[in-house]
Amino acid sequence: MAVERGVEYTSITEVKGPLMVVGGVSGVSYDELVEVETSSGERRLGRVIEVGEGRAVVQIFEGTQGLGIEGTRARFLGRTLQIGVSTDMLGRIFDGLGRPLDGLPEPVAEEERDVNGEPINPERRDYPSDFIQTGISAIDGMNSLVRGQKLPIFSGAGLPHNMLAAQIARQATVPGKEEEFAVIFAAVGVQNDEARFFRQSLEESGAIIRSALFLNLADDPAIERIVTPRIALTLAEYLAFQQGYHVLVIITDMTNYAEALREISAAREEVPGRKGYPGYMYTDLASIYERAGRIRGLKGSLTQMPILSMPSDDITHPIPDLTGYITEGQIVLSRDLYRKGIYPPVNVLMSLSRLMGPGIISQKRTRPDHGDVSNQLYASYSRAVQLRSLAEIVGRSGLSETDLKYLEFGDLFEQRFLKQQYTENRTLDRTLEIAWDILSTLPEAELTKIKEEHIRKYYRPKV
Amino acid sequence: MMGAKMYETVYVGEEKLIGEIIKLTGDVAFIQVYENTSGLRPGEPVTATGRPLSVVLGPGLLGSVYDGVQRPLNRLGEISGGFIRRGIQVDPLDRGRRWRFIPSAKKGSEVGPGDVLGVVPETPLVETKIMVPPDIHPGKLLEIAPEGEYTVDDRVAVIETRSGRVEVGLSHIWPVRRGRPFKSRLNPEVPLTTGQRVLDTFFPMSKGGTACIPGAFGTGKTVTLHQLAKWSDAKVIFHIGCGERGNEESEVLTEFPHLVDPYSGRPLMERTVLVANTSNMPVAAREASIYTGGTMAEYFRDMGYDVLLVADSTSRWAEALREISGRLEEMPAEEGYPSYLASRLAEFYERAGRVVTLGNPERVGSVTLVGAVSPPGGDFTEPVTTHTMRFIRTFWALDANLAYTRHYPAINWINSYSAYVETVAKWWHENVSPEWASLRAEAYGLLQREADLLELVRLLGPEALPDEEKLILDVARMIREGFLQQSAYDEVDAYCPPKKQVKLLSLFVLFHKLAREALARGVPLKDIRSLPVIPKIIRAKYEIRNDALEELDRLAQTVREAFEHLELAPQISG
Repeated sequence: MAVERGVEYTSITEVKGPLMVVGGVSGVSYDELVEVETSSGERRLGRVIEVGEGRAVVQIFEGTQGLGIEGTRARFLGRTLQIGVSTDMLGRIFDGLGRPLDGLPEPVAEEERDVNGEPINPERRDYPSDFIQTGISAIDGMNSLVRGQKLPIFSGAGLPHNMLAAQIARQATVPGKEEEFAVIFAAVGVQNDEARFFRQSLEESGAIIRSALFLNLADDPAIERIVTPRIALTLAEYLAFQQGYHVLVIITDMTNYAEALREISAAREEVPGRKGYPGYMYTDLASIYERAGRIRGLKGSLTQMPILSMPSDDITHPIPDLTGYITEGQIVLSRDLYRKGIYPPVNVLMSLSRLMGPGIISQKRTRPDHGDVSNQLYASYSRAVQLRSLAEIVGRSGLSETDLKYLEFGDLFEQRFLKQQYTENRTLDRTLEIAWDILSTLPEAELTKIKEEHIRKYYRPKV
Repeated sequence: MMGAKMYETVYVGEEKLIGEIIKLTGDVAFIQVYENTSGLRPGEPVTATGRPLSVVLGPGLLGSVYDGVQRPLNRLGEISGGFIRRGIQVDPLDRGRRWRFIPSAKKGSEVGPGDVLGVVPETPLVETKIMVPPDIHPGKLLEIAPEGEYTVDDRVAVIETRSGRVEVGLSHIWPVRRGRPFKSRLNPEVPLTTGQRVLDTFFPMSKGGTACIPGAFGTGKTVTLHQLAKWSDAKVIFHIGCGERGNEESEVLTEFPHLVDPYSGRPLMERTVLVANTSNMPVAAREASIYTGGTMAEYFRDMGYDVLLVADSTSRWAEALREISGRLEEMPAEEGYPSYLASRLAEFYERAGRVVTLGNPERVGSVTLVGAVSPPGGDFTEPVTTHTMRFIRTFWALDANLAYTRHYPAINWINSYSAYVETVAKWWHENVSPEWASLRAEAYGLLQREADLLELVRLLGPEALPDEEKLILDVARMIREGFLQQSAYDEVDAYCPPKKQVKLLSLFVLFHKLAREALARGVPLKDIRSLPVIPKIIRAKYEIRNDALEELDRLAQTVREAFEHLELAPQISG
């Protein structure tokens, strides 16, 4: 990053946690970018998060380790944090602040953009309704992903969320359309292995030339995590809304992001909300997630798939909870299914795609029976799960004949519909075919969610 | 800032960002800014306007989409494209557009606040009445404009009042934080029908009433509110998206122009106003948005219309209060919310009501308020839910477990309640069916029995119950699937007219009665369970079109015949 000119101060009055207070400043503006030089000549970046009465509070992205009150210089750059964006960034790897990590020169910027972006005018949004086929039955059949959607994966430690995300990134297509797509991957505080896994997976499929990776790894400064997703999204917005790409942004792991947010909030001595997370976390998360979408009259789209690990698998924890309130559904992974050897271990009952109903089903974007089949699978599988726990208490003898058929259906659903290979790319037709196969093991009178016309066409009970 | 007043609107900085004074100490004013403050620096100018935060009321509101401080988003889009740039000032109403004004008041007559001077046929659905603003003293009408085309700024009347001559235009300004006055309150005895079976039949809402709909994420708050906005029999609908998803606003905007109002056959957008302050738009404007919407809603109420206002979600609004309160370093109460959270909620819900409006001719209008609540982790004991429950009379509790099984609307029939059941019974009796109340009570009784029986089943298994109780479980399940569940995305099922609701419900009650009698005669339960008419009853909600209700009578006849045949069948199993 080139040295920039700006007003320089040496009047550091306080350093605490990730924050540094500079005294005697004037003309400093809120959110301004600050370049900090330590006494040893090392340069770091920061951002003004509070200003007033001659004093500015600066949040240092790379952390404050080794920063002293004496000898540290702060240069206020007179602008907010910006990043140069260009299509040349595809195929490249950057660090969490957007500096090249692959040894190649910095790409020539086509445009400078503020990393915070601007809110999309809701009136100008185009309602997402292009069905993305991911090739995964649990998603395509029951929780369809739509272009411009933000659909997170709620996972837990040790579950194969990265495999699932990589499989989606590899297989996602909009049937019948050949268009320019790009994958932006933002690693937020993840381990080196995980980042390498994504890189390899993108290389193997050849998608790497259409991808940009931003890596803030576990041993990188925590505070930088606040910026990494924003930098990734700034490039994504440029590609989508300026260059007409269909961009899929994968951010992992948002839990690390939220923790960095809490750290800063604690350092600023703010009134904490639930579990010590700041009261504005909803708004802050929204400023990331809401950057997904489509805009009327523009060609591209920005689809987000953030991954977060639920602390102790608790979906009511503030991070998944607030995320679920902002995103358009969630794909929840289940430890029980994973233990049973089912990949992808999607807990369909807790998963949801909000755009499936209004975006796809009611507009009849896919097969006409898609919506009914999905509803019936939900209803029947949830009944099977209830009966399973009942059978554990009262035994199978306490259940009726129909109930036993449901138990069988539950197993078929998990083994045939949910379970598939990491390399298996199922078409929607194939997914629905499997669905009808297993639904046909239930008596016709049980399929009350499906219209009679579809039953006549697809219901084939084994005699 | 000497001379500044509380809640005065100000322009902040070189870019003239809109703000409002929310605290005064000595000569220091605390301003909440309704736009992003990045790059703002000490020393920039602040200009006071001398006016509290206000909305402009007049023709042109219908069909508009506003942000939290009444800036039309389509105009912002014309200026700054797909993204909202800050510091843009636009007029809430199109000042260039001419409206046809048809006067009704006579020159020389005495007029007072709320009196109708004339009308503007704004959309084929709604006629905007031009009224004497409520803050003008009564007086003599010196001048009234002849029928013709006028802009919102044009003068259409002059009134000689005791405080001088006052000009009245097609539009006027009203502060958002002050409720508009009315003459008197009426009892909420007319239901607001919504076409949603579980709401209308089991937990009805009344015109001028209040309701809240709390639920964890994914339980269908937004879909339910959209259903209300689409199908309620109100004249004007306000949908306030405070701190919610941008794509949901776009869903409304994409769908509403194509959807047809079941009561008038016109596009829904002609009776709808949207206030959209999505979660990534400035927090302070989110706080203001419900007042902005509420004030515009009262304006239409004053014309004598029934207005429904849905706010999604009041929790995000409360969070905005909390954030602002935190910045002011106020002493926090529960979970960091300010101590005045309860009184702010009370103030908001008190703006609902069915009233006799000010002025002549006498009119009755109503504002019905429905607020979504998003409790963290789905926990109904958190402050926003508990305080809201004190101020509302209908409680539609969403249940995550129902949503997981795709039972939508996921309204829990055991935890929900409505204080309007008795008050609206008369209307149903007179306008739909005299059987409504008894059918409702009977079906509701079955659902409650089911809940008790399921407790037993959990311990003993379903086979341990006697046949009569198994039958209750069966019928309750039929009611759940065939009546309570309703698809928002099915052409037929999305809206269920009141008559169909009663006819459908009577099918289940009839089935239960006949089945109970058959059991008593010794017909095995197995035979009743395998009646082919059962899936027909359950599917009737969407297989029978809303304009072919006589088919429901025929289906009832089929049910009776099915049971007669049961009787005739030889008893092999015995």
